Amino acid sequence: MSKIFTPLPDLPAPDSSKGFIGWLRHNLFSTPINSVLSVVALYIVFSAVIPALNWAVFSANWTGLTEDACNSGGACWPFVASRLDFFIYGFYPSELTWRLDLSFLLLALTFGPQFVEAFPYKKNLGIFSVTGFPIIAYFLISGGSFGLESVPTEKWGGLSLTLLLAYVGIVAALPIGIALALGRRSEMPVIRTFCIGFIELWRGVPLISVLFMASVMLPLFLPEGVNFDKLLRALIGITMFQSAYMAEVIRGGLQAIPRGQYEAASAMGMNYWKMMFLVVLPQALKLVIPGIVNTFIALFKDTTLVLIIGLFDILATVNSAIQDPKWGAVETEGYVFAAFCFWVFCFSMSRYSQKLERKLHTGH
Amino acid sequence: MADHTDQQPKTAIWNDPTFRAIVFQILAVVAIIYVFWTIFDNTLTNMDKRGITTGFKFLDNPAGFGILMTLIEYDETYSYGRTFFVGLMNTLLVSVIGVVFATALGFTLGVARLSNNWVISKLATIYVEVLRNIPLLLQIFFWYFAILLKNLPHPRESMNFNDSVFLNARGLYTPGPVPTDGFFVVWLAFGLGIMATVYLVRWAHKRQDEQGLQFPVFSSAVGLVIGLPLLAFFVMGMPMELDYPSLQGFNFQGGMRVIPELMALSWALSLYTAAFIAEIVRAGIQGVTHGQTEAAHAMGLRNAPTLRLVVIPQAMRIIIPPLTSQYLNLVKNSSLATAIGYPDLVAVFMGTTLNQTGQAVEVVGMTMAVYLIISLVISSFMNWWNKKMALVER
Repeated sequence: MSKIFTPLPDLPAPDSSKGFIGWLRHNLFSTPINSVLSVVALYIVFSAVIPALNWAVFSANWTGLTEDACNSGGACWPFVASRLDFFIYGFYPSELTWRLDLSFLLLALTFGPQFVEAFPYKKNLGIFSVTGFPIIAYFLISGGSFGLESVPTEKWGGLSLTLLLAYVGIVAALPIGIALALGRRSEMPVIRTFCIGFIELWRGVPLISVLFMASVMLPLFLPEGVNFDKLLRALIGITMFQSAYMAEVIRGGLQAIPRGQYEAASAMGMNYWKMMFLVVLPQALKLVIPGIVNTFIALFKDTTLVLIIGLFDILATVNSAIQDPKWGAVETEGYVFAAFCFWVFCFSMSRYSQKLERKLHTGH
Repeated sequence: MADHTDQQPKTAIWNDPTFRAIVFQILAVVAIIYVFWTIFDNTLTNMDKRGITTGFKFLDNPAGFGILMTLIEYDETYSYGRTFFVGLMNTLLVSVIGVVFATALGFTLGVARLSNNWVISKLATIYVEVLRNIPLLLQIFFWYFAILLKNLPHPRESMNFNDSVFLNARGLYTPGPVPTDGFFVVWLAFGLGIMATVYLVRWAHKRQDEQGLQFPVFSSAVGLVIGLPLLAFFVMGMPMELDYPSLQGFNFQGGMRVIPELMALSWALSLYTAAFIAEIVRAGIQGVTHGQTEAAHAMGLRNAPTLRLVVIPQAMRIIIPPLTSQYLNLVKNSSLATAIGYPDLVAVFMGTTLNQTGQAVEVVGMTMAVYLIISLVISSFMNWWNKKMALVER
């Protein structure tokens, strides 16, 4: 006689450990301390978020053209709407803003496909974005040729100026950064010392002192009669500053290329420049794209500093618009709008760089 | 047989790497010297044309302008050189405040992001993602113009806390300590406490190495550094008076004053940098493999000692290098003070003094040199510490 062992069917998970209740128990009330923390945190969230949401959305004023429309006690968004053109284009002549729009569109067309996995011409577009695009955009924005009316740089401003400063800063800093990074890893002591000195000098001082230097000292450095306009001086300062950071990012990439690659290139009879440009740099630059995006984010945020030397970036336009006596106290609305603009750009770029990092991470 | 070694085709001299390196370097030196000489020459010519005299003599001239907040004695009759030190002290003050608060908040947030409490970790994530993606200058403007200046009352309608602390648009007024005779003993005790702590740490370390016995170093250090001066303070019969602020006319006199610019700047700097420090701390803790925790548990260590003796020391190795660069960023970012009028080095010296004297090269050079020196000092200290903490591999 033998009994056959038949297991009873599994009991279902207890009610307290599944569904919403289970989730709550596991994530919020797992220990007494956790429960207290959760309650306190939830209380803080509700006491801060509800008034903030109320101000920004529910009791905010959305329509209207003047201050009179803002009477509900919430945020006064008509202020932002009425000055939106100013925030985006600065003092750029309003009948010519299509040129800025066209540049924006071109920028979007250049970078949009980079996010599409299957798009075949990514590399060509990437090269276009640092070579062709800046040239086209320059002629479009500044005008003066091809029958386009010339717009002096004093009129450039707003979000378009912010984007321009950051973009030119990063594109101009790329070749200088590559040269400095190669120099820092050079075997020639003079070149190496010079590059280390240059990089550490710019990295050791705040951007604002670099901008001051560019606006006060640069005119002294130049020979008689040569004079740059304020925007170009700021751009030179930003480029110098940025190239030092770029050099460090690229050096990281160069160091990550295994020694075998250098040796193999040498064994194939390549000279230094061929080895660097055909073998090492293509691999190194691909590795450091996330790092470049991160320095771009930092630079994008740092461009706000140009308002201190008198350029009219988006933050400066907000600063001047909130002084307008036609509108009451709209400081918060103005700054929240500017913060939102920056946040959207920076957050999406940082997500993109994280995605790239994961994609490029082929190690273990 | 002929000796073939002499017959081998010799490399042309311009193909010889050593020779080429020397030529390149000579060319580079010549180019660099030429560029610098041109700049130097242009600068001299330009300054001559504008009637600017070079040199540091201007530092002895009377400055003739007032400064909103001074940590060292200063008024209009002091020299331009003095304005340099006033600005430097203010920069150092806001940097130290910023570093302390950013570190405390950043470590808290970094740990909170890893918490298994859903609300806490999500809150910390939102904080980090919002704060670090908005420019610091914008945040400073927001806190200063939109929050502080809008909401703080006039001095006559000050917020009054217990008749001793007042908050208004001119700043936060608190009673100021005025040391009287015998206060030096407290300083003496403080110095003694620090020296004793250093000795105690060494002794405890040595004893643990030799005998394996642990000594409660942290609590005794706290006792020595804080308790000893307190004891001296009471033994000397509390040699200190409080100077209370009082409303006289339109303004408060006496006491200590924290100007709103300092509040906004240190607040914004701390919140912004804390977001970056939180990410660094999180990465550091996640960088310690789970096996370490398991091994510690397997050896019988409880949760608290596991954290204190196993996880944190290893996480600190990952945390310290990027943390250093955040501290450096904070010091450099404190120069944004100039945008809201906090009298730091850039605002006072590179702003007002530069405008009044026109000595652009000297002033900008001195200012940049200060930041460079601060950077070098902090990074070399941190490098030393990092080396001390680094893993000794066999």
